Formats: sequence, C-alpha cells, structure tokens
Amino acid sequence: MNQYYHSIRFDEERCQGRMRCLRVCPTQAIRVRNGKAKMITERCIDCGECINVCPNGAVIPLTDPFGELSRFRYTIAVPSPALYAQFGREILPDRILAGLKKLGFDEAIDLAYTCGEVSFAIQEFLRLYNGPRPLISNACPTVVRLIQVKYPELIDHILPIDTPREIAAREIKKKKAKQLEIPEKDIGTFYLTPCPVKMISIKQPAEKGRSHLDGALSIADIYGPLISAMESLEEPETPRKALESICILGIGWAVVGGMSRTLRLRNSIAVAGLAEITKVFDDLEKGKIRNIDFIEAYSCHQGCVGGSLTVENTYSSYNKIIKLIETLEYEKVKACPDIREVRRRYEQKYYFIEGQLEPRPLAALDEDISRAIQKKKQKEAIYEKLPQIDCGACGSPSCLAFAEDVIQGQAELKDCVFLWPQKIIELAQEIISLVEKTGMKKSDPEIKSDDNQ
Amino acid sequence: MLNHHQHEPESGLVQSFSILGGDFHHAGHVSTQVKEILKELGIEPGIIRRAAIAAYEAEMNVVMYARKGTFTLQVTPEQVNFTVEDEGPGIPDIELAMQEGYSTATQEMREMGFGAGMGLPNIKKNADRLAITSEVGRGTKLEICLILNQGKRR
Repeated sequence: MNQYYHSIRFDEERCQGRMRCLRVCPTQAIRVRNGKAKMITERCIDCGECINVCPNGAVIPLTDPFGELSRFRYTIAVPSPALYAQFGREILPDRILAGLKKLGFDEAIDLAYTCGEVSFAIQEFLRLYNGPRPLISNACPTVVRLIQVKYPELIDHILPIDTPREIAAREIKKKKAKQLEIPEKDIGTFYLTPCPVKMISIKQPAEKGRSHLDGALSIADIYGPLISAMESLEEPETPRKALESICILGIGWAVVGGMSRTLRLRNSIAVAGLAEITKVFDDLEKGKIRNIDFIEAYSCHQGCVGGSLTVENTYSSYNKIIKLIETLEYEKVKACPDIREVRRRYEQKYYFIEGQLEPRPLAALDEDISRAIQKKKQKEAIYEKLPQIDCGACGSPSCLAFAEDVIQGQAELKDCVFLWPQKIIELAQEIISLVEKTGMKKSDPEIKSDDNQ
Repeated sequence: MLNHHQHEPESGLVQSFSILGGDFHHAGHVSTQVKEILKELGIEPGIIRRAAIAAYEAEMNVVMYARKGTFTLQVTPEQVNFTVEDEGPGIPDIELAMQEGYSTATQEMREMGFGAGMGLPNIKKNADRLAITSEVGRGTKLEICLILNQGKRR
C-alpha cells in the first residue's frame, strides 16, 4: 500500500478525545481510540477541517519554518493572493512584496499575474476541448484529493492546466538560474500559504510528478514579522512603479468566483466548502448538472481567503479582495497578460500539468466482490442492532462507520455503549450462576463485601 | 463477530428503497445511496458512473409521473440490477417513449430542467440491458441491468 504523507499531525499530549474532529471529517478519516484521535491516512484529503474545530489545538498543521530559507543560496517568496487579502487596500501589494524582501527573501513575486495568465490558458483550453464536461479546477489540492478518493469516476474532469503557483515557481527558477549563473537547485521557491494542504501538493503532488516549489510557509506564521518589516519600509515613491505589474484579474483567484469571472461566455459553478462541494459532485455523478462548462471549487469557505492558516476574518478578507480590485481599477493599475503571448505559450504546452493524475479510491469492503457482498450484509446486520444516532462515543464517526469497523476487525461490538445493558444482563446472569455453583445463596451475608470497613 | 457465513457466490445483495411521486425535494436521494453502496462493494468507477446516471433517471421518472414506487437494487458478482416499479399512469407507447426528445413532461418540469425527453433513452444508453413493462392506468416496471466485467476490476 502507498504511504500518504499528510500536512496534519495529531498531538497526543494535547488531544483530549473530544471528538469534534471525528464529526467534521468529510471522508471519515478519523477514529478516536483509547481517548486519542487517530488518522486513517489513505482516507485523509488534508482539508484542515479538524484544525479549525479542535478546541485543544491538538491538530498541528505542518508547514516549513522560516529557517528553511538558509538551505538555499537564493530565495524567492511566491505569496498566494490570499496574502493580499490580509491587508486589503490599506497596504497595497507592492508594499507587501517589498516587506517580504525586507524579511529576508531575495525576491518576492506577484502570483496574481500568473493567475491571470492561467485564466487565459483555461479559456483557451475550454475553446478547444471536446472531452467530458464540466471541467473541474485543480487549484485547490483538497478538491483534487477529494475526487481521487471519493469521486474517482470524475477524475477525467479535472483540468489538466497546471496551477499558477507551480508555473510561476518553474519559470522564476529558470530565469534566475540563468541570470545569476547558479544551478536551479540552489534557488529556493517558497509558497506563502493560506492552508496546510499546499504543503502536501509540494511534498507529494497528486500527479506524482515533482513540485517546482521547495516549501510552504504559513501566512499566519509570517504575518507578525511581515507587519514589522513593512513598518520599517520607506514611503513608496509616486507614481508607484512596482504596483503597475499587479494583475487585478488574478487577484480574484483568492476568493471563490474569482476564477469563473475570468472565463467569459462560459457557464460555470463556483462552490466553496466541502459539504457544498459534495452536493455538487453527487449531482454531477448522477448526470443532474447539465450545460455547465467549468466548476471552480474550494474546500475552504469563501475560497483561499478562508484557509486555516490565515489571520484576517474570512468574510472581511473576501471584502478586502473585492475592494483591492476596485482600488487598483481606480488607480488605473490594469496589468494584464497578453492573450497572444498566452496562446503562443499554450501551443508549446507551457501550461499543461506534468504527470498523470490517478484515482486512489477508498478501499472496498473486500477486493473480492462475493466477499464484499457478504461483508455488506454483515455490516447492515450489525447496523440494525445499533442505536443509529451517530453519537461517536465508540470512537467511530457514525453507526454505519462503526459497523464497518467491526466487520473489518478495527472495533468490537462491545465498544458501543448502547449495547451494554444487554451485556450487563448477560454478565449478571453469569455471576448468579457462578454464585449458585459455589453453593452460596444470593442473600448470604458473607458475600456482602468485607471492604465495608 | 457474526456467524461464519457459507460461501455462496450467487447469493447477491438486495436492498429496496421507496420513492414518493412528486417529492422533488428528496429526488435523487435513492440514486445517491445506490451509488454509495456500489462504491463500498468496489464496483469499477466506469460502471458506477453509468449505474448512477441510469438510477437517477429511473428515480426521476417515478418522482415526475407516478404516485409512488419502489427501487430495488440487487448486486451479484456478475451484475448490478435495478428493478423500479411504480404505481402511475403507465406508458401507452413504449417505442415512442424510447425516442430521444419525446416527452410528456409538463411546463413546470421542463422549467426545472427535466423532461428533455432523454430519460428512457439515457437509461438504455447507460445500461447493458433494459426491459420495460407497463400497463396504462396501473404502472410501469423497469428492469435495468449492468454487467460487471470481472477482468477489469481493480
């Protein structure tokens, strides 16, 4: 079996087995055993819902520490546009990028420009595409993993255009290596991430290729130092030259709907939040969704601005992105990739994903279908005995999941507290029969315990 | 643990679901459950996709036209069968109903995106076998079969 690397770790010391994570996990990847949360690694899609609900801070997102930068001779920050959403129009992107350099990066690039470019590439792809529709965006690695695990039959719908962060990292590395005359491996590209799942898309890309990014730093970790760094910057020169290259088309990628808005004349769906995505994918599988060309889906509410490693309130940052776009429009900052250039690069396969995306469906009840059918019947029979209220006290997320855990040997029927009364009656009868065997009477005062005193 | 079962390869799984006519709010729930069961059993994704579409169309036919119906899923190691029986108006001319684009859907149903006259043809397209029996004024019975390709299972 493949070993899956995950961006989430449970801290046993802190975990009090309060089971909030158990209930929110969309793929039922968590069990509580002996009072501690445990992950079923092949089920986890790194959505981070457990991080958000844990009252003890026992779910630890794994991102890189700042010290990772020292591994490279030249370092480049590639911030998610969600970083801009932390500051809005009070601190414009040029200042944020300058602040990152002050912080210790040799360079900080604007990813929004590449996002805009990729928007054009997606338009181009849709124009020429004849396969199954709708296409589903691959920008959110959790959504890609959700499809691999729970909707493997939709895998052909995933857009084969690479993500802006990967394309940007690939190109800047190439460019800098040439310019500085150093090998590409000496250049470190770091994504500034709003969520832990991007870490996984770097360490273990879903397509099994290799990422062009070298690490990911959490926006939450960098927020404080960045604020101080920006305070010590000199006032920006006017007119703000550095601002001119910021692409407002791409800034919208930080929020749900931003990508769809750039795909003119296309019918699209923009959906955020895993419960909502599940509804859309269920309908899609049944053939209920028709005449839609493109689905933009984000695991976090409101899109990347809702990631668990952001600082600003999710809804405020959504507003900040919208206002930032308006401000830049007002300032007449309208940097826009050249569509003819995008088409030329498109022809050269510049935007396409490297590697092949494979499904990794959840294991069936059994590899052999006859045995799977028998196990399904056993599972249903156990389920019938259970209270069917999904209390979670057994450590499985639902009665149905518990029934499956029992037939797969991962749990025992006695773990269900609702089956205890029956068990207690059985035990009581056993004790009575034992008592009778030893010849003692039920009312015999001698078996009243001597530990009364 | 449960009793040790005898190995009976031909004994299949049978589950029934009821469908209420006119209940658009819950429409589609049965086909979602059926799809989940097929996934649990490890049926090949391509077959699940076709089965989900056929199940949904059959379910929607009951919701749209009948008073009520029963959806019975049967899975054996060789095939997946859906038997969908309803109490409804029946189909007077099955051959006509099988033509793409033919529909008796009301304006309301069309506004909801149904009734493009694709239902039965779509089931036929996605199933390996489809048998329709119907009695006008009594109801309709669809027997849908998908063959499992043992060689191609993962």
